[in-house]
Amino acid sequence: MTGPVQSIERAAAILRLLAGGPRRLGLGEVAASLGLAKGTAHGILRTLQHVDFVEQDATTGKYQLGAALLHLGTSYLDVNELRSRSINWADALAARSGEAVRLGTPLEGMVLVVHHVFRPDDTLQTLDVGSLLPLHASSLGKVLLAYGTAPLDSAVESGLEAYTRHTLVTQEQLTRALAEVRELGWAAEIQEMSMGEAGLAAPIRGHGGLVVGAVGLSGPVERVCDGQGHPRPGLITLLREAARAISRDLGAARW
Amino acid sequence: MVERYVMSIDQGTNSTRCILFDQGGRLVSVAQREHQQHFPRPGWVEHDAVEIWHNLRRVVSDAMAGAGTAVDAGQIAAIGLANQRETTVLWDRRTGVPLGRAIVWQDTRTAPLVEELRQRPGEEFFLDRCGLPPSTYFSALRIRWLFDHVKGLEQRAKDGEVLFGTMESWLIWNLTGGADGGLHMTDATNASRTMLMNIRTLDWDEELLTFFGVPRPMLPEIRSNAETYDEAHALLPGVPIAAALGDQQAALFGQTCFSPGEAKCTYGTGSFLLLNTGTEVIRSRHGLLTTVAYKIGDREPVYALEGSIAVTGALVQWFRDRLGLISSAPEIETLARTVEDNGGCYIVPAFSGLFAPRWRSDARGVIVGLTSYITSGHLARAVLEATGWQTREVVDAMNADSSIPLKELKVDGGMTADNLLMQFVADVLDVPVVRPMVSETVSLGAGYAAGLAAGYWPDLEVLRRNWHPAARWLPAMDPGHRDSEYDNWQRAVERSLGWTRTSGSS
Repeated sequence: MTGPVQSIERAAAILRLLAGGPRRLGLGEVAASLGLAKGTAHGILRTLQHVDFVEQDATTGKYQLGAALLHLGTSYLDVNELRSRSINWADALAARSGEAVRLGTPLEGMVLVVHHVFRPDDTLQTLDVGSLLPLHASSLGKVLLAYGTAPLDSAVESGLEAYTRHTLVTQEQLTRALAEVRELGWAAEIQEMSMGEAGLAAPIRGHGGLVVGAVGLSGPVERVCDGQGHPRPGLITLLREAARAISRDLGAARW
Repeated sequence: MVERYVMSIDQGTNSTRCILFDQGGRLVSVAQREHQQHFPRPGWVEHDAVEIWHNLRRVVSDAMAGAGTAVDAGQIAAIGLANQRETTVLWDRRTGVPLGRAIVWQDTRTAPLVEELRQRPGEEFFLDRCGLPPSTYFSALRIRWLFDHVKGLEQRAKDGEVLFGTMESWLIWNLTGGADGGLHMTDATNASRTMLMNIRTLDWDEELLTFFGVPRPMLPEIRSNAETYDEAHALLPGVPIAAALGDQQAALFGQTCFSPGEAKCTYGTGSFLLLNTGTEVIRSRHGLLTTVAYKIGDREPVYALEGSIAVTGALVQWFRDRLGLISSAPEIETLARTVEDNGGCYIVPAFSGLFAPRWRSDARGVIVGLTSYITSGHLARAVLEATGWQTREVVDAMNADSSIPLKELKVDGGMTADNLLMQFVADVLDVPVVRPMVSETVSLGAGYAAGLAAGYWPDLEVLRRNWHPAARWLPAMDPGHRDSEYDNWQRAVERSLGWTRTSGSS
């Protein structure tokens, strides 16, 4: 275990300083108040500005707390914005995988489908944007649970309903599955929500790597899985490429 | 076997893009560069043609490098171009230097001339020959304006020193050697937007040339949309340049609307609905433009009716940038969903008059039905509904002009990510609305035409099979409600008409 990270301590001090008074502060004032070199203070302020924790007045150049701090508890990303940013990548994933693609975000203990791309086989399909899926029985939901985007406690409290005989219905099973999702970086649902159907999902990350949603593909189990019942590696690769591309578009640097 | 691709270049109003497509019509690589918009006076919009040519060179090499593994020129089966239409550039035949900035399609400096032409010789004279009514939109008026305002230019043009082109002409001329033997050509779709081409013969019309005083030596040769024009000299030596189309016609082609009665609408800043009318030239009686859809090699040309809507996505941008009620365009849907309906409020976005089907330059925007009950959510609804109703007006005009009523509308463009809007469009048109899996239909259309000419794809049927629906919205509005809402919209439009006073103001 290493000691405290100095730059984070300094960033916290700057936020406390800005929160302390009603007045905006200039770079010189911030540096002097905390006994920092101007260059150091400037670097930290610019980083805080980049994550919207600090705002700089356009005319005076002085700093104040940013609007994002007010939304810290809700980790706000507009779902329509998410759809708009991912639409090209979701299309490409459906075209290459040959399967239907959905994007999900958490809503009141369920997965809200915020985007849906048809399976590219010209069969009659119905758009199901706005519908809700169970967190514990869908691959999208498992991703949201595994990365803390949706709280596990409330999912467990409201009861783990059995949709098929493959649904994970005990907290122990689910916890083990979620650890595996975090390890692999993707989730699978094999006949857990409906018999004959399987799905794969991967996390979509925003600024700083925070998971803001999940992207997944789904189809008949014999197409999504190989003869041994394992998800096909080719599909996983396509899925993870799409998830990374969307994450990059949303400003996640390293994914 | 080495994979081969088709390269598509989309020279648009805001940026220049280069996309590589594979045989399945799937996107392999994308590169894009924006260029500067110049607004030297109110109503004037200009681009630097040299900047755009430089951007083209950059995006081509970026796209070649960005396809997973680097692609070399030998893997490019053909190049196709799509471009912003009507934007006018003149350049020196010997030096290749543009004579001033390109005048962009949105530029309204020729408004006084439009008024004159409407009085004399009147719309009929033009509609009979080129299928277009006089408007600031089309290129011929810009050439006339330049002759009247740039000293000595008209004489130099008569002496054969000056070349005219829309963006595809300028870029193809540069790609094929420029001043050193560059090919000076245009295609039938772009030429159909100049007001100088005869819509039936697809050749420059002597009477129109005489009327506008445009000397023939400055005009490019009109070619089909899909044939090998020449090989590229610069940039991709030896690769055939095999397609050029105006961007909206390219989108129609990319949406594979190859049969009469098939239509697409591209939802961007403005929106453009094109209906394939087959080999027949249909003269609109309801405010639509008659235009060339495409001509493949020496086959018969296919025509289209076009409904151009000036302000759709631009209204959302205005809501975001000028009113500040949302921080990104997609949030309009979130805000609109905070309420059940429009609360009785309607917005008619006639920012610079109304385009199709009304063509009223004296209209200005109105918000009607305001009460103390109205919230920003109702306004957001009214913003989205304005796009739906404007589409409905164009579709009504098309159904009135064409013998085949619209059965389904194919859509593309950025606004198709808005589910509430797409459902509303389906509701007010009372036909299904379908979004294809490749939303880059402009680029895809230019790529398809080039690939067809180069034998990369054998025929239109194969292209049609590449088209798959990604989403479909079915109409679900009660007919009585639809009718009363449409009536309200039309009453709102009535109130936007005749707002500007006619004398002199532009």
